[in-house]
Amino acid sequence: MTVFIIRRLMQSAFVLLIMSLLVFVGVFAIGNPVDILIAADADQAERDRAIAALGLDLPLWEQYLVFLKNAAHGDLGKSFVFNQPALQLIVDRMPATLELAFSAMVIAILLGLPLGMYAGFQPHSRTARAIMAGSILGFSLPTFWVGLMMIMVFAVQLGWLPSTGRGATATVLGIKTSLATWDGLAHVLLPAINLALFKLSLVIRLSRAGMRENMLMDYVKFARAKGLSMRRVIFVHVLKNILIPIVTVLGLELGSVIAFSVVTESVFAWPGMGKLIIDSINRLDRPIIVAYLLITVTMFIVINLVVDVLYSVLDPRVRLAEAKA
Amino acid sequence: MASVIERDATTEAALPVETPFRRFVGDFVRSRVAVFGLALLCMILLIAVAAPWISPQNPYDLRQLDILDGRMPPGTASMSGYTFVLGSDDQGRDMLSGIFYGLRISLIVGVMSAAIALVAGSAVGLIAAYFGGRVDSLIMRVVDIQLSFPAILLALILLSILGQGMWKIILALVTVQWAYYARTVRGTALVERRKEYVEAARCLALSHARIVFRHLLPNCLPPLIVVGTVQVAHAIALEATLSFLGIGLPITEPSLGLLIANGFEYLLSGKYWISFFPGIALLLTIVSINLVGDQLRDVLNPRLQH
Repeated sequence: MTVFIIRRLMQSAFVLLIMSLLVFVGVFAIGNPVDILIAADADQAERDRAIAALGLDLPLWEQYLVFLKNAAHGDLGKSFVFNQPALQLIVDRMPATLELAFSAMVIAILLGLPLGMYAGFQPHSRTARAIMAGSILGFSLPTFWVGLMMIMVFAVQLGWLPSTGRGATATVLGIKTSLATWDGLAHVLLPAINLALFKLSLVIRLSRAGMRENMLMDYVKFARAKGLSMRRVIFVHVLKNILIPIVTVLGLELGSVIAFSVVTESVFAWPGMGKLIIDSINRLDRPIIVAYLLITVTMFIVINLVVDVLYSVLDPRVRLAEAKA
Repeated sequence: MASVIERDATTEAALPVETPFRRFVGDFVRSRVAVFGLALLCMILLIAVAAPWISPQNPYDLRQLDILDGRMPPGTASMSGYTFVLGSDDQGRDMLSGIFYGLRISLIVGVMSAAIALVAGSAVGLIAAYFGGRVDSLIMRVVDIQLSFPAILLALILLSILGQGMWKIILALVTVQWAYYARTVRGTALVERRKEYVEAARCLALSHARIVFRHLLPNCLPPLIVVGTVQVAHAIALEATLSFLGIGLPITEPSLGLLIANGFEYLLSGKYWISFFPGIALLLTIVSINLVGDQLRDVLNPRLQH
């Protein structure tokens, strides 16, 4: 077990190093930020001073080593545009993204589970067919376009909900969140539903399959024979069994929700990490691009590591297969 | 049950001999929804190919545009006389023509990237399965690591490095997608490789390349076709998303995603058509490909055949 974890940790560190090199070298191959940051009428001496101040006069490998050394100290460089530490800027926006991802997950489960269970309980009914057709649409619809259409209908034409920004925030346990105010909740609703659509379809499919599979099991027949009501059998016994795969899959999907929030945040002007990275790419703000990519890659490596380790704890077969390979 | 009855009907009608292809077609048309999807897809492809001849105007020929026609709602007559069936954008471009041309670009990007990824991915997957051992575990480790990152994140990393451009986005999409093909082909090839025909080919001392590409590959095709179809839809959706975010195609290659992005700013003032109709075109394309792909999966999956 320890060997397995150590091996996975080493692999993760290696992937992270490769990614940092790739991102660093790659990002520095695009454009010259000096052209954007310095006024067009600046003279050569001013240009040179700015280049030296940004550390752009060093050879690329030396820049990378300096970057690695600083990164190890938690310093991922200063944003060219905001002139603030890149890490700080990203960490500041992280709560907004996480709160959006969290709300999306909650919506996906709260809506998806009952819909999917109903579709599995009455698979041939019209409602079930409509639910399944809806879930196919949820897989096919491009997220960003659905977001636009939601803005069009609910914000522009009906005027029910706001379409941009985060609304009022309140501080709970030291974290600023919009989930604690009514205004904030109204702001989070549309983007969260938008982000949830894909996962919602996934939950519907999983819970429908789980329901159909479990309803044929002997324990259901036994519970019914014992005289338990259908309601009790479904909501106590079957539900527990359906939840296991759903929770596992959603844990794995958490990362992809955070990655996809890039799209939703851009549509709804949600001030999170995703919007920051898109703006930074357009402004060639290299330190933020590099920092964002490194932070997300690290986040993914950690999520994957945790999932792998949990799997190997729960299922010894995985560990054996890994040891053999 | 249904298949038994149908087969009886075929023998009674004394139709020509059943070939694998005929059986495939027969199985495919069993689902009405899939046939509808295929018809829709054919129509979309036809429109994309014939766009320059069937569009009411050439939306990128500036001489044909009139700025006074800008942002006209659907059904308005233009200055030069014809009707904007789906309205016009801020430059006075006919949306219908814009969508026809946009479909062309979206489909080219989607099909090209899926085709290149298919070739590259299946070559890698075949090599992994055929040689096994170290080569296999190294390749599959790379595949696993890559698939543990969401496609959009990888595409974002690549495009922030590469910048905008048609070939750059195709390269990004290929990099994102090759791993799916590699994994699919490897899985099938691992099973196929143990079969007698491969052993026979080895006994004949055929070259590795010949065994892999002439004998192994054709037998791995069915799952590849299914994955390929679904991946074309994914590629089109991903390209549209990235172009919408402003990091995909440049303005000079107006795909559906860019058309939608272009209408975003007018959406808030109630001018819905600039974003709405390109989105519908995108949706129809993706749904039709997925419908065909779903049915292909059912027909080509030997486990579901009776």
